[in-house]
Amino acid sequence: MEKLLLLGDEAIAQAAIDAGMSGVYAYPGTPSTEIMEYVQASKEAKEKNIRSLWSANEKTAMETALGMSYAGKRALVCMKHVGLNVAADAFVNAAITGANGGLVVIAADDPSMHSSQNEQDSRFYGKFAFVPMLEPANQQEAYDMMYYAFDLSEKMQVPVLLRITTRLAHSRTGVARKPSKNQNELHLPGNLRQFVLLPSIARKQYRELLGKQSQLEAEAASSGFNTYMDAADKSLGIIACGLAYNYLVENFPGHKVPHPILKIGQYPVPLEMVNKLYSECDSVLVLEDGYPILEELLRGMLNKGKKVIGRLDGTLPRDGELNPNLVAIALNMPVEKGKNIPELVKNRPPKLCDGCSHSDAFLALNEAILEYGRGRVFSDIGCYTLSALEPLESINSCVDMGASITMAIGAADAGLVPAVAAIGDSTFTHSGITGLLDAVNNNSPITVLILDNSTTGMTGGQTSSAYGKVEDICRGVGVSEEHIHVIKPLRKFHDENIEIIRKELAYQGVSVIIPRRECIQTLNRKIRQKAKAKELEAKA
Amino acid sequence: MKKDIILAGVGGQGILSIAACIGLAALEEGLHLKQAEVHGMSQRGGAVQSNLRLSSEEIASDLIPEGKADLIIAIEPMESLRYLPLLQENGWIISSINPYNNINNYPDIELVLKEIWKQPKYVTIDADGMAKDCGSIKAANMIVLGAAAPFLGLKPQSIENAVVKLFKSKGDAVVELNLAALKAGRDYALKNM
Repeated sequence: MEKLLLLGDEAIAQAAIDAGMSGVYAYPGTPSTEIMEYVQASKEAKEKNIRSLWSANEKTAMETALGMSYAGKRALVCMKHVGLNVAADAFVNAAITGANGGLVVIAADDPSMHSSQNEQDSRFYGKFAFVPMLEPANQQEAYDMMYYAFDLSEKMQVPVLLRITTRLAHSRTGVARKPSKNQNELHLPGNLRQFVLLPSIARKQYRELLGKQSQLEAEAASSGFNTYMDAADKSLGIIACGLAYNYLVENFPGHKVPHPILKIGQYPVPLEMVNKLYSECDSVLVLEDGYPILEELLRGMLNKGKKVIGRLDGTLPRDGELNPNLVAIALNMPVEKGKNIPELVKNRPPKLCDGCSHSDAFLALNEAILEYGRGRVFSDIGCYTLSALEPLESINSCVDMGASITMAIGAADAGLVPAVAAIGDSTFTHSGITGLLDAVNNNSPITVLILDNSTTGMTGGQTSSAYGKVEDICRGVGVSEEHIHVIKPLRKFHDENIEIIRKELAYQGVSVIIPRRECIQTLNRKIRQKAKAKELEAKA
Repeated sequence: MKKDIILAGVGGQGILSIAACIGLAALEEGLHLKQAEVHGMSQRGGAVQSNLRLSSEEIASDLIPEGKADLIIAIEPMESLRYLPLLQENGWIISSINPYNNINNYPDIELVLKEIWKQPKYVTIDADGMAKDCGSIKAANMIVLGAAAPFLGLKPQSIENAVVKLFKSKGDAVVELNLAALKAGRDYALKNM
């Protein structure tokens, strides 16, 4: 079959389609977004009637996928690494219930924080939940592992975590497909109490999960995704996890490394393979594109065994993504140095687009809040986070999805009145609604700006769960009608918008102001599509 | 055959179209390729780059090691200089001379160009002006691709085929525009390298 030119994300999506997936659930988040987008755009997926809708957040996505697995079908759930924090309750407990139909969780990590607020390593979650994990080194492996993951999940009756990183997710290469499988028939779990985690049942299920660990390790030793490559120079043995393997072999002509290598792609790591490397080599270098998880396990708290080097002893940087040069330096190999960046080159940070509705909303807020002084605007995750930077410098926090409203409540409780929350429409339905309920129940003197651009903007304009529902939700949660305002963030309404914000800042209770104007990117896209449709019509 | 290419520009300028053309051409010639893109936050008007690697042998790393890139292709002159640490000693810079000025401290464009001209090997090209002459400024990225074409180690025909493939859905007029831009860029580079 002809190879397809696919991003790592797309390779995973295609593999899931080919492996008989019945549904994919996700909330957009860089670098995971393109998995769902690929399925949504796939004609094949449409023909196979594969469910592919955005969920309100990663937790609802995880739970929906678990429900599909309960019903015997294969389900995929995708998120960025911090999304797994949101889904963690469902994820960890799904390991205890176990899976019926194949259940695969994709966590896309972002070492070096290209588009994230931290660089947490999802492999910790896999270990924490006692589930098998896969970590591809390249896009073909991503395809192969995804294709295999549903089988593994059904064979072991547990969810499988597939961990990728930004570089793999957003790098494109030729990928070969495998034969397309049929979807599972609807079939209930053999034991109808399996998913009832009452303590008496949960204890039994948990013991079963622990009991599976040796089988999972045996599976990791035989699947072919962990490989031992022997070599003559045993002064050093190298453990290379996932993508780090590429950065290692890049440094050697013909990719021939003179040291023994244990290439890790599946967890729990087979002890026998690790033991072989450790016993036969004088020292061990551990390469992980993320946290030094294996390295820490191998060296132990006291580090009294063989010499183990990597991120913990400074051989490699403690943070950030790896690259071929860093690995070369770790191996004491000479590295090429290009020229320095000339001094006249200036930083060009990302910024809000020209014509962005958020800019006008923040310009009005900046002016309205002037009389109270700076430092009281709690914000959230989205394009509008860029308003922290020049020229707007409007916001003072960005922590996690939904934290704007709840942090404003806490700050107001401490006496910072008025406190302001600025949150996007999609982030609001992701994790802001419960916070707003707290604010109403607490009668907090806060003003919440729900910046409604009618899309999930930062990740490229995916459907927002909030679309057409924001005022209804606020009313339903209990915000009083006279303190809900929809404004149009445009220069020509600037003064009038300032007046409304000013009035609500002075109000000693919960107000919601909804600056509503469509994202300039999705608007332009729609205009282009319309023009194209017209052109086609004219031709016809 | 092995070519390591850095594509540079500002989010929204169209470096991914250049990458897609080179990628399609490389596929047609049966080469291995890896292309690391930047998605997400940086796309919002920030500096963006893509690592594009072509080879007749299997490629390991998605990222080009420092000091090893064969050429930098830039749609924006200051951005061409940002990736000098990745370029090898005698690597080529192919850059548009047209600044994309969305920051308040953009340096004097003359100084930026002088900095490029200090490098041993370069082609600087008025991509916007030449694209306008071809019919639309939107084809500026194809002017730059054309200027880079002689350095890619790919057959001219496969690059043309790629352009046709990429723009086919937008109609014949768009295909013709982009092919003309590609040719104009290449002719200029061949005369000025």
